[in-house]
Amino acid sequence: MGFFRALLHFYPASFRAEYEEELAAIFARRLRDASGWPGRLAVSIDILFDTLSNAAAVHWDILRQDLRYALRLLVRAPGFTLTAIAVAALGIGATTAAFTVTDHVLLRPLPFPEPERLVKLWEDQSPQGIPVVEPSPANYRDWKRMNTAFEAMAAYTDISANMVGAGEPERLDGAIVTADLFPMLGVQSALGRVFGAADDRGDAPPTLLLSNAFWKRRFGGDPGVLGRKVILNDVAYVVIGVMPEDLHFPRRTTQFWTPARFVEASFADRTDNYLNVIARLRPGFSIERARSEMRVVAAQLERTYPKENLHLKVSVTSLRDEVSQKSRLLLMAVLGAAFCVLLIACANLANLLLARALARRRELAVRTALGVGRERLVRQLLTESLILAICGGILGVLLAFGALPLLTRLVPNGLPIADVPTIDLRVLAFTAALAIVTGLGFGVVPSMRACGSGADLSGLREGSRGGLGGRKERLRSALVMAEVAGSVVLLVSAGLLIRALWRLEASDPGFRSQGVLAIETMLPMPKYASPARRNQFYSQVLTEARALPGVAGAAYASFLPMVNTGGIWHVTVEGRPPDEVKARDAGLRFVTPGFFATMGIPLHAGRDVGESDRPETPLVAVVSESFVRKYWPGQNPLGRHFAIADATREVVGVAGDVKVRGLERISEPQVYIPYRQLPDGIGQWYGPKELVVRSSADPGALVPTLRQIIGKADRDQPISQVRTLAEIVEADTASRAAQVRVLGAFAAIAFLLAGIGLHGLLSFTVSSRSQEFGVRMALGAQRADILGMVLRDGVRLAMAGLVPGVTLAYLAGRTLSALLAGVNAGDAPTFLTVVGLCFAMTLAGSLLPAIRAIRLDPTLVIRAE
Amino acid sequence: MPDDFPVPASLLPLPEATFHILLAVADADRHGYAIIQDVAARTGGELKLSAGTLYRSIPRMMEQGLLVETRERPAPEQDDERRRYYRITPFGRDVAQAEVRRLAQLLDLARASGFVTGRA
Repeated sequence: MGFFRALLHFYPASFRAEYEEELAAIFARRLRDASGWPGRLAVSIDILFDTLSNAAAVHWDILRQDLRYALRLLVRAPGFTLTAIAVAALGIGATTAAFTVTDHVLLRPLPFPEPERLVKLWEDQSPQGIPVVEPSPANYRDWKRMNTAFEAMAAYTDISANMVGAGEPERLDGAIVTADLFPMLGVQSALGRVFGAADDRGDAPPTLLLSNAFWKRRFGGDPGVLGRKVILNDVAYVVIGVMPEDLHFPRRTTQFWTPARFVEASFADRTDNYLNVIARLRPGFSIERARSEMRVVAAQLERTYPKENLHLKVSVTSLRDEVSQKSRLLLMAVLGAAFCVLLIACANLANLLLARALARRRELAVRTALGVGRERLVRQLLTESLILAICGGILGVLLAFGALPLLTRLVPNGLPIADVPTIDLRVLAFTAALAIVTGLGFGVVPSMRACGSGADLSGLREGSRGGLGGRKERLRSALVMAEVAGSVVLLVSAGLLIRALWRLEASDPGFRSQGVLAIETMLPMPKYASPARRNQFYSQVLTEARALPGVAGAAYASFLPMVNTGGIWHVTVEGRPPDEVKARDAGLRFVTPGFFATMGIPLHAGRDVGESDRPETPLVAVVSESFVRKYWPGQNPLGRHFAIADATREVVGVAGDVKVRGLERISEPQVYIPYRQLPDGIGQWYGPKELVVRSSADPGALVPTLRQIIGKADRDQPISQVRTLAEIVEADTASRAAQVRVLGAFAAIAFLLAGIGLHGLLSFTVSSRSQEFGVRMALGAQRADILGMVLRDGVRLAMAGLVPGVTLAYLAGRTLSALLAGVNAGDAPTFLTVVGLCFAMTLAGSLLPAIRAIRLDPTLVIRAE
Repeated sequence: MPDDFPVPASLLPLPEATFHILLAVADADRHGYAIIQDVAARTGGELKLSAGTLYRSIPRMMEQGLLVETRERPAPEQDDERRRYYRITPFGRDVAQAEVRRLAQLLDLARASGFVTGRA
């Protein structure tokens, strides 16, 4: 019989209390009446199913009843209901938004079959200080040949190319891939076919795959594009396929793919590092096993090529983890902040419900007196809080939808995923779970409290009030303290990040960004292989640009700072022993005369490069200050010689340092070489392509004229990028600015919620202590005394939250230190500002209750008693 | 806890179990097990009301005002103190009669369209 009694626990307790005895009696009777053990077994099974199905039905009945009752009550108190829903929506919305982007970037599997088996392989040159280097084709070929850990290995590299011949010339981002890449990823073409081995041979005719977006934009989604010829960098490619819409590989800006078509010469230089290598682990092989195997492969290659592969290891990382540590930390900070907002929202809601439960003491006491069990009441109250949380959840999802455009900026560039995270079933399931947990979280304590000893018959006494400093009051105070502490943590974190952003924005990039327009015109090869033709283009464009009204200077350079950080070469200096390993020492840029003046880069010594610096005159260079500090500290560098890019050059000038890698990173020394001394063979990459124009007027107004000038110099020459240097500097801190905005918004919400919580608690205290205040005033207390009492209460609460909040905030700042750009985690101005804000909030929150307290008329209050 | 008693028609059609329970208590107050036995006897064993169904129906019927629990107990030698006895209310009688009328009209309709021959 014990089993059947236990079964009855599937019924709600209130139902059990009513009918348990009878049900048990009937079970006993049915068992007694059953004949033999088969009969008893049949009866037992029948009772089991009957109990399960009916218990579910009873629960459902009660739920419907509670829902009806709760909805009626909530509609009757619209102010409370709307406030609670709004608070829940803020918490759930913030968390949903943060989860959406974190899930998109960090958690969701990559959009390929069995993505966990995909890995990326890098050359690990840690002894040279560079743990992650793109592999060379020669090493890639050997790794592929010598390993057994991978089912397939493929390589790709980013390129960009000028497309002409189909309307407006255009600069496109694309990728060169080996033919086995797409089969390895498990990607098929949406139209046509992907590359086969025949397309990837050195002598194969050039073929091309288009991205879906590019196909739609440029060819109107015409299936007839297959077989058409497209001219990229003066070479005709035949379109053989269009890739599916959701393929963003290797990055989301990729618009076309061509086969690598390696020839034997591609493998000649083992230190020609430019490939990205990706591989698929054999089924059952762990990444650890692959690593240990690649250690053996690397050691073998080091023995075979002791010079080129000295100390060269192979690093194997999961493709999913190709997110920088900084992006990861940034997203975790945003998610953490969102959870903080959610907790604060829960504390706020719990407080609202506690206050409401006190106001409903009479109702609850009446229901208890009518014989409604405690479990039923708790259940009823939880239903109410769940309704609030679910409504808040629905509103929160809408808020998250609204926040998506801002969140998109938190998605890092280099991943093969879409730029806009989607709010899909997965996210909605998370939000639903969140809403339920939230509803239980903020509902459970208030409802237990409401239905506990406080709800006894004493609640029936008219005018009974919550005991001052009683248990409920302490709980509510603790919740408000937690809210204050949480908002302090968020305010300090946001404040530290704002300070870091300011510090970066105020830091000197090494050039004057205001008033400079930059236009990219990549001169295609082999059309511009001849120096004469190149120089003709530059001089025509620059002469006409310099003649424009308001233009103070114009120049061409290989790369813009912060846009292209590449082009780094080994340097050898006369009189210094050669380095044991080839180090990447200095960035190399080819510039026309006037580059430094146009960019606003100071020339500290010597001269600018000149038109007279020609291939037949002595090879010269302007170097940066840090270059001088590295090689000739404390000496005059002018007239000294060093070798870079296979030629020895004389230093003729010293320019200021430029933060070419962005404001937050350490940049290598720079070497500037006159554009006429560009060696053959590196023209495509190093040939000056960035036109910079300094104007005293709005640089944007120059764009149409400059387009005309460029079009006149070469009708087929596309303009790929137009932006101002100021925009480039701004873009350098854009993800940081987006993060600051998100965290700032969270902090503001938290701060507001904490203020509301404080205000609510003090208002409640004042109204429940009105009699006490009245008596005090009747006995001679001054209004200032009463005001002081209320304000002291507020300050005490704020202080109690502030102290743990400041401690936690310091710890949070320490965790974020990688994002703080050198701002101290204990940054005094930030902390002082937050403490100041906190006191302002306390005053603002206490003011109304305090005014209400001193306006009390003692005679009225006492008479009311 | 209904705000006010509904009209009988608003509860129709009655769930089968509800109708049988009303029939079982129509002539006498009965306790739970007696209702189960009465329903089984009345339907020739065809409808075996389970305890779960019965006790799920009872609170709902009491809420709807069809039944009340009665404090009157039978003679002590026939009583079991665990038992609870239920009595039909006048409203319950009205509802049962309304259901009977509804079924009868249904039957008439069926006869008129030739689905039913002879007496039911």
